[in-house]
Amino acid sequence: MINSSSDNVKKLNSINRRMFITGSLKFFIMVGIVSRLFFLQVKENKKYLTLSDKNRIREWKLAPVRGEFHDYFGNVIAGNFEAYQLHVIPEQVENFKYVIYRLKDLLELSDSEFKKVLKRKKEIKPWETLIVSNNLSWDKFSKINNHLYDLNGVKPVISISRDYPFDENFTHIIGYVSQANEQDIENTELIKKNFVPGLKVGKIGLEKSFEEKLIGTNDIERYEVNAYGRRISQLEFQKGKKGQTLKLTVDTEIQKLANELLKDKAGSICVMDIFTGEVIAMHSSPSFDPNLFVFGISQDNWQIIRNDPMKPLLNKTLQGRYSPGSTLKPIVALSALENGIINTNFTVRCTGKTELYDQTYHCWKKEGHGYVSLRNAMKMSCDTYFYEIARKLGVDKLSETAKKFGLGKKVFDNLFEIEKDGLIPNTQWKKNALGKGWLLGETIITGIGQGYIQTTPIQLCLMTAQIANGGHKIYPKIVIDDKDKIKPSDYYTPLYKNSRNIKIIQDAMFGSTNEVMGTSYRSRIDNPKYQFAGKTGTAQVKKITERERELDLKTSEIPYEQRDHALYIAYGPYVNPRYALSIVVEHGGNGSTTAAPMAKRLFKLIIDRHEMRQSINQKKYLEI
Amino acid sequence: MYQHTRLTNNNFTFFQKFRNFDYILLICILLLGFISLATMYSTDGGKILFHTKSHFTKLMVFTMMMLFISFINIKFWFSIGYLSYIVVVSLLVWTYFFGITSSGSKRWMDLYFINLQPSELMKIFIILCLAKYFHRMKLENVNSVYTILTSLIIILLPMGLVIVQPDLGTSVLIAVSGIAVLWFAGINHKYFIYTMLGFVISLPFVIAFLKPYQKLRVLTFLNPDKDPLGAGYQIIQSKIAVGSGGIFGKGFLKGTQSYLEFLPEKHTDFIFTLFSEEFGFVGSVVLLVIYIIIIYRIIAIGANSRSYFAKLFCYGFGAAIFVFITINMSMVLGLLPIVGSPLPIMSYGGSSMLATMIGFGIVMSARVHSQQLIA
Repeated sequence: MINSSSDNVKKLNSINRRMFITGSLKFFIMVGIVSRLFFLQVKENKKYLTLSDKNRIREWKLAPVRGEFHDYFGNVIAGNFEAYQLHVIPEQVENFKYVIYRLKDLLELSDSEFKKVLKRKKEIKPWETLIVSNNLSWDKFSKINNHLYDLNGVKPVISISRDYPFDENFTHIIGYVSQANEQDIENTELIKKNFVPGLKVGKIGLEKSFEEKLIGTNDIERYEVNAYGRRISQLEFQKGKKGQTLKLTVDTEIQKLANELLKDKAGSICVMDIFTGEVIAMHSSPSFDPNLFVFGISQDNWQIIRNDPMKPLLNKTLQGRYSPGSTLKPIVALSALENGIINTNFTVRCTGKTELYDQTYHCWKKEGHGYVSLRNAMKMSCDTYFYEIARKLGVDKLSETAKKFGLGKKVFDNLFEIEKDGLIPNTQWKKNALGKGWLLGETIITGIGQGYIQTTPIQLCLMTAQIANGGHKIYPKIVIDDKDKIKPSDYYTPLYKNSRNIKIIQDAMFGSTNEVMGTSYRSRIDNPKYQFAGKTGTAQVKKITERERELDLKTSEIPYEQRDHALYIAYGPYVNPRYALSIVVEHGGNGSTTAAPMAKRLFKLIIDRHEMRQSINQKKYLEI
Repeated sequence: MYQHTRLTNNNFTFFQKFRNFDYILLICILLLGFISLATMYSTDGGKILFHTKSHFTKLMVFTMMMLFISFINIKFWFSIGYLSYIVVVSLLVWTYFFGITSSGSKRWMDLYFINLQPSELMKIFIILCLAKYFHRMKLENVNSVYTILTSLIIILLPMGLVIVQPDLGTSVLIAVSGIAVLWFAGINHKYFIYTMLGFVISLPFVIAFLKPYQKLRVLTFLNPDKDPLGAGYQIIQSKIAVGSGGIFGKGFLKGTQSYLEFLPEKHTDFIFTLFSEEFGFVGSVVLLVIYIIIIYRIIAIGANSRSYFAKLFCYGFGAAIFVFITINMSMVLGLLPIVGSPLPIMSYGGSSMLATMIGFGIVMSARVHSQQLIA
């Protein structure tokens, strides 16, 4: 009994001692846990609060509203319209199958469209929006609205989308927008920043060049979301900024006329203000409807555009490289005058052909022009005369003058990424590019704008404008921009050595249009208000064989691809000139019969609208 | 003399037993039950849904059971010490063969009205068994090789049965419960130190033998940011929830981390995270204080018990509860790797609550019958 009780005491002592040790241990562990809690909840609270907000708050960006394009008079040429769309959130639909088949009936969806919708449905999460149709007609939209009682979970939505009210008229200037692809996102930081599914960005033209100004900023919706990304409630809505509206220098009426004139033809018309360099019209034909691209072009439409032999996708004004033909003659003559090779009294006898360096060079007129002076040679476009002065001048001097007046070099710098340089050859160029020496015969044909020389219609227009304004340098522009207030330092610097030479050329161009025997005499306007001066051109597409020369076929008898390009450059009014233009009609045959009559109609409209244009200008200054 | 007569007279009346209740402990347990109900209500998104209803039912039934247990003489609990251990071991064996497999481990047995997890019961009954084993042992015999081997077998047998389920967490907790009793029974502290050292040294080898998912957990614990959406997700989200709670918490039913379902296992192992997010540092400390009072009362009851068995059980159970709490909290606070271990009473789960309530019941019985001597 004593034994057992003493053992008990020992046992109790032992257990109590150990209880004490355990208690102390527990105390330290508790302190550890409390300090951990303190560390997380008090000290690091901010960090974890941020992380928790990051978890639960998600931003949804909505497509920004794109800036518009206005023409010179403020007409909207690329705007935004309210597209009627139909959205379905599959999760909110009780019987998806029923609803989708009902919609198929109501919208008269084709099988392939319907399959696309079903495919898209599989790709998205059930609480994400399924766009059944992104551009419904009003009829169908209202039809859906009438049947909404039957279509649980279907949401008719009005969304803002791009609209080109003048269809194909401005396509080659402003381009078009379409869904942004990976490349767009990669290449442009601002697209990446503003990207939302369905965002439309500029693909070509000014829509692309001015993407960063046009794009605007997103509306932002902040939602509380759960761990699976489902929206629980909206916390905030932040309105974005609409993109900048860009005003162009173009006149819609003239642009429309250009389009009409080139209807069913391939070619280009551009019109320019000879002092400000403002592009009044710039059209490449055939064009296409940019609205087709906004919601993604259908395969059928795309094939039609792509396979059109007249190449609507090509911007002929900027990308088309044409031999300038006789439209180069003013520059050849000017160069000869400037370099003192000839004077106005210099005459050449044209017999219809001339033998030089063992080759025969033909004038377009088989019978020949007889003795011709500079003025008459320009007026009648005598080739023999220009063979002779080109020979005397040499290609290097000629190319110098041509380049000075804007040929062979991009007119808009980097504004249009598709713009081509063209080519003004000289001896050095041939050596570098082809590794061969320059042949004198090549100089001869360069004198009538054939051979290696290639110019774009916009370059010809700039050249004409700079001749028309008295030989002064201008910088063409198409967007009225704040940047333009800073003028380049060589603006209006003379491009001539002697201003009299310019006058001589102007006078010769006047003769060419307004005097009997002039190549475009038939297209003249006698009223001095509209009177213009110009120069025709006919660019050969291939070398004419002797046999063909003998046959002397009419244009309509030659296959389309082998017909000559018809060109015309002009400026007007002759007294106090203000506008210059260039016209190119691909395979149009003859400059004087095809291109020059277009100029007549254009000048009438251009000059009629001149006052209106001026008044807008003045108003602008008054406002300032 | 009076005392002596009272001691010999073991026929406590019902009202006497009632008076002997530890009301502080009872109130704390009920308070904890209430808090756990509220938290469960929050995990259900502020609605009375399945978890809340089920938790409420279990809480009611098991509290009643606890009270019932406390009226049964401590002698009875002493007498079934070995038997209950053997029964639970048999249940574990049964589970091994016929258990229900869920998320890759065979832990549950289907009792038609309830799915029982015998490993949870073992956490308590191993204490009961060992307390009985050491009750009559003389102190000088405690450190004999025979005793140590026997007690090790008692611990290792259920541990092994639970490890094969596989459920590392629970088996560790069973071991901790058993070792706690060995410690209080007076096994030489050298053995504990050696075991500890041996464990630390063999740790790399143990890790080498771990299952891939267990290895991943350890690695994740060491660096949760390595795979924030995969293995590290739970612990990162848990820390965010606790940390964003701040001093006073986001408010009841306003825990965004749990409400928006970022928190994993919010009903069970991570219930403290949710509570801590909604009630902040202050709430968490209050909860800790309630737990500490409960543990303190358990130890006090043990200290006041005349029988060595009751003392050993109370101390062992108190230590075990403490370890369960601290392991769970350390885990959700990112101090320990994630092992499945519920927070007593707070976590959803019948078996765990049943075991804990049985434990509380026996402790309460020790209190009610504190003067009971066990021969």
